[in-house]
Amino acid sequence: MTQRRSYAVGTGLFILLGFAALAYLATQTTSVANYRQGDSYTVKARFGNVGQLKLRAPVKIAGVRIGSVSSVQLEPDKLDALVTLSIDKRYHDIPDDSSAVIFTSGLLGDQYVGIQPGGSPEMLKDGDELVLTQSALQLEDLIGKFLVNGSGDASKKPAANAQDHKPAGGS
Amino acid sequence: MSRSAEPLVRVRGLSTRLGDKVIFDGLDLDIPRGSITAVMGPSGTGKTTLLKHITGQMRPDAGEVWVDGSNVPTLGRDALFALRERIGYLFQNSALLTDFDVFENVAFPLRQHARLPEELVRNIVLTKLQAVGLRGAARLMPSELSGGMARRVALARAIVFDPMLILYDEPFVGLDPIALNQVLKLIRTLNQTLGITSILVAHELSAVRRVADRVHLLANGKIVAAGAPDELARGESDWTKQFFGGEADGPVPFHYPAGDYAHDLGFDGSAA
Amino acid sequence: MNARFLRDGYVTDALAQIGAAGLFFFTILGAVPKSLRHFRETVRQIWFVGAMSLVIIMTCGLFVGMVLALQLYHTLSIFGGTAALGTVVALSLFRELGPVVTALLFAGRAGTSITAEIGLMRATDQLAAMEMMAVDPVAYVVAPRFLAGVIAMPILACVFNALGIFGGHLVGVTWLGVDNGTFWGNMTANVEVWADVINGVWKSLAFGAVVTLIAVFQGYTTPPTSEGVAYATTRTVVFSSIVVLALDFVLTAFLM
Ligand SMILES: Nc1ncnc2c1ncn2[C@@H]1O[C@H](COP(=O)(O)OP(=O)(O)OP(=O)(O)O)[C@@H](O)[C@H]1O
Ligand SMILES: [Mg+2]
Repeated sequence: MTQRRSYAVGTGLFILLGFAALAYLATQTTSVANYRQGDSYTVKARFGNVGQLKLRAPVKIAGVRIGSVSSVQLEPDKLDALVTLSIDKRYHDIPDDSSAVIFTSGLLGDQYVGIQPGGSPEMLKDGDELVLTQSALQLEDLIGKFLVNGSGDASKKPAANAQDHKPAGGS
Repeated sequence: MSRSAEPLVRVRGLSTRLGDKVIFDGLDLDIPRGSITAVMGPSGTGKTTLLKHITGQMRPDAGEVWVDGSNVPTLGRDALFALRERIGYLFQNSALLTDFDVFENVAFPLRQHARLPEELVRNIVLTKLQAVGLRGAARLMPSELSGGMARRVALARAIVFDPMLILYDEPFVGLDPIALNQVLKLIRTLNQTLGITSILVAHELSAVRRVADRVHLLANGKIVAAGAPDELARGESDWTKQFFGGEADGPVPFHYPAGDYAHDLGFDGSAA
Repeated sequence: MNARFLRDGYVTDALAQIGAAGLFFFTILGAVPKSLRHFRETVRQIWFVGAMSLVIIMTCGLFVGMVLALQLYHTLSIFGGTAALGTVVALSLFRELGPVVTALLFAGRAGTSITAEIGLMRATDQLAAMEMMAVDPVAYVVAPRFLAGVIAMPILACVFNALGIFGGHLVGVTWLGVDNGTFWGNMTANVEVWADVINGVWKSLAFGAVVTLIAVFQGYTTPPTSEGVAYATTRTVVFSSIVVLALDFVLTAFLM
C-alpha cells in the first residue's frame, strides 16, 4: 500500500517536472509578444512585390511586434500580392490611413511588415485594407541604384520611385 | 435437480492436431459434478492441452467441450471470461505474477472482480495462505520462493474465489511429504465442504489414490481406461498394466515418435 | 525457425508485422477504457517508463545542447552570425533533436524493458494466467504501458530541451563568450511558442505512441523462449529507430 503511494507521489513529481520544463521553454525561450494570443483581427494590404515575405513573418509598429502575416496570395485580376495581417486585439488604435511597408531586418535577415501610423481619427477595423503600401526592397535594385547615384540615400527611398533607373555601368 | 445430475464437464469427439502430431483423436470425457477426477497418462500425451481445451485457452479442430451448459469453443470472449471467473486453474509452472508479492498474487483475482473492503480481502487471502501453510510468507516476492512454495501460492490463488471447478495441472510436483499431505487434505476439504469439482492431472499414483474418485488414463489421443483408482491400478488391460507397472514396453510408447535408433546413431552402416 | 524466416522473405514478414501491429493498436485503444479502471497501474508504469528514464534523458540533453552550441558557434562565426546562436540552438532542439533523440533514447531505455518484461510474462505463462483469471492482459498489462509511454515521452522531451538550452548556454555564453543578453534576446525574438515549442510536443507525442506500440507489440507477440525475448528486444530498438526517423521526416515535411 505504502509502496503504491510512493509510486503515485513519484509519478506526480515527474509530471510536474514535465510541466515545469514546458513552462520554462514557453516563457524563457520565447517572448510574450510571440504568443498567438487568443483574439486578433485581420487587415489586408496589397503589394506590388512581397519579396521574401513568409507566412508568420512579424508585423511591427515602431519595431514592436503586434501580429503576424497569416496569408500571402496572388490576386489573379490585378496580379499583385494580397497579404493578410493578423493583429493582436490589444493594438486596436491604429489609424486607418497608416501605411504598410515590407522591411528587411539586417542586411540578410528575414522580411517583416512594418506599419507606419498615419494621422486619421478613424481606427482600423477587422477586414479593412491598408491602401498605402510600399513593396519589398529588392537588393538588386538597390545595388543598381547605388551604382548609378553613387550615394547612400537610395536606402531611404526604396524601390517605389525607380523612375531614374538607368542601366548599371553608365556612370 | 436434473441439472446437477448432468456432468459439469462433458467432452465429445475432441480432435486436435498440433503441428504434425495428433494430440486428440475423438476423445470423450465426462466429469460429474462434485467429483474429484484425475487424468493420468504418459508425459506429452496432451493432459495440459486437455485442460487448456476445457478452459478455452485453446480451440480444438473438432468436437464439443461443454462446461456447465456452455460449449466452450463457441463462446465469445466475454462469455468465456464470465465462465473463467468461476474456474480456478493451477498452472503447471505456477505462473505467479512476478510484479507482486505473495499476498497480492493471491488477492489479484479478488481485486479484479470484486469490490471488497480491504479488511475482507485480507481475511480471505490470509485464510487461503494459511491453508497452504504460507501465511508467514505473505510479503515475499515470487522470486524469493522455492518451487514447492510457488506451487502452493499458485494453489491458494486458484482457490481464492471458491470456484465451481478447479483444474490442477500437476499440483504435487516439488512438494515434500508434509506439504503433499496438506495439499491433498485441502483438495479433499474444498471438495467435501464446498462441493467444488476438481480435475487433477498428476503422475503420483499413490497421491491420486488417496484423493481421486475416478481416474482417466489418457494415451494415444483417447481415454484408454477409466475407473476408481484402486480398480484401475489392479486393472487387467494392457494399458493400465503397463502404465501403473511403469514398463517401457507395451501399448503406450515411452519414446516420442522417432526414426530407427541405430540409424540415428549411424550404426547401420549407411552413415559411415 | 531461422531458415523458414529467411525463406518466407523479409518483405512479406515486415508487411505482416506492420499489419499485425496496426491491428494491435486498435486492440489497445479498445482496451484503454477498461485499463483506466486500474489507473494505478498506469501511474506505476509512468514511474517506471518515464521517471526512471530521467537520468539518461537529462544527461544526454545537456551534452547534445553543449555539442550543438559548439558546432553551431563555429559555423555561425564564418558568417559573423554568432548572435543567432541562441536561436539556432533552441530551434534545432525544439523542432528536431529534442523529440527525435528523446525517442531514440526512450526506445533503448524504456522500450527494451517493456518488450523484455511483457515477453518474459508471456514466456512464464503470466499472461495466460491472467486470461485464466478472466483478466484481459491487453487491458491490464499492455494498455497501461502504452499510455505511460505516450504520456512520458513529451515530458521527457521537454526536460531534454530544457537541459539542452542550459548546455547550449553553458558552452555558448560561459565558455565561448557570446553575450548573455544577445543569446537570450535573439532566441526569444525568433522562437515561437506554438510553431516551435508546442509543435515539438506534438511530435514527441506521436513518437511516444509509435515507440511504445512497437515495444508492447514485440513483447506481446514474442516466441516464449529466451531466444525469442532477446530477438524481440533487438527488434524493438531497430524498428523504433527506423520508424521514428521516417516519421520525423513525414511530420516535418507535412506539418511544419
Ligand atoms: N504449441 C505447440 N506446438 C506443437 N506441439 C505442441 C505445442 N504444445 C504442445 N505440443 C505437443 O503437444 C503434446 C502434448 O503436450 P502437453 O503439454 O499437453 O503434454 P502433457 O500431457 O501435459 O505432458 P506432461 O505430463 O509432460 O506435462 C506434446 O507432445 C507436445 O510436443
Ligand atoms: Mg503438462
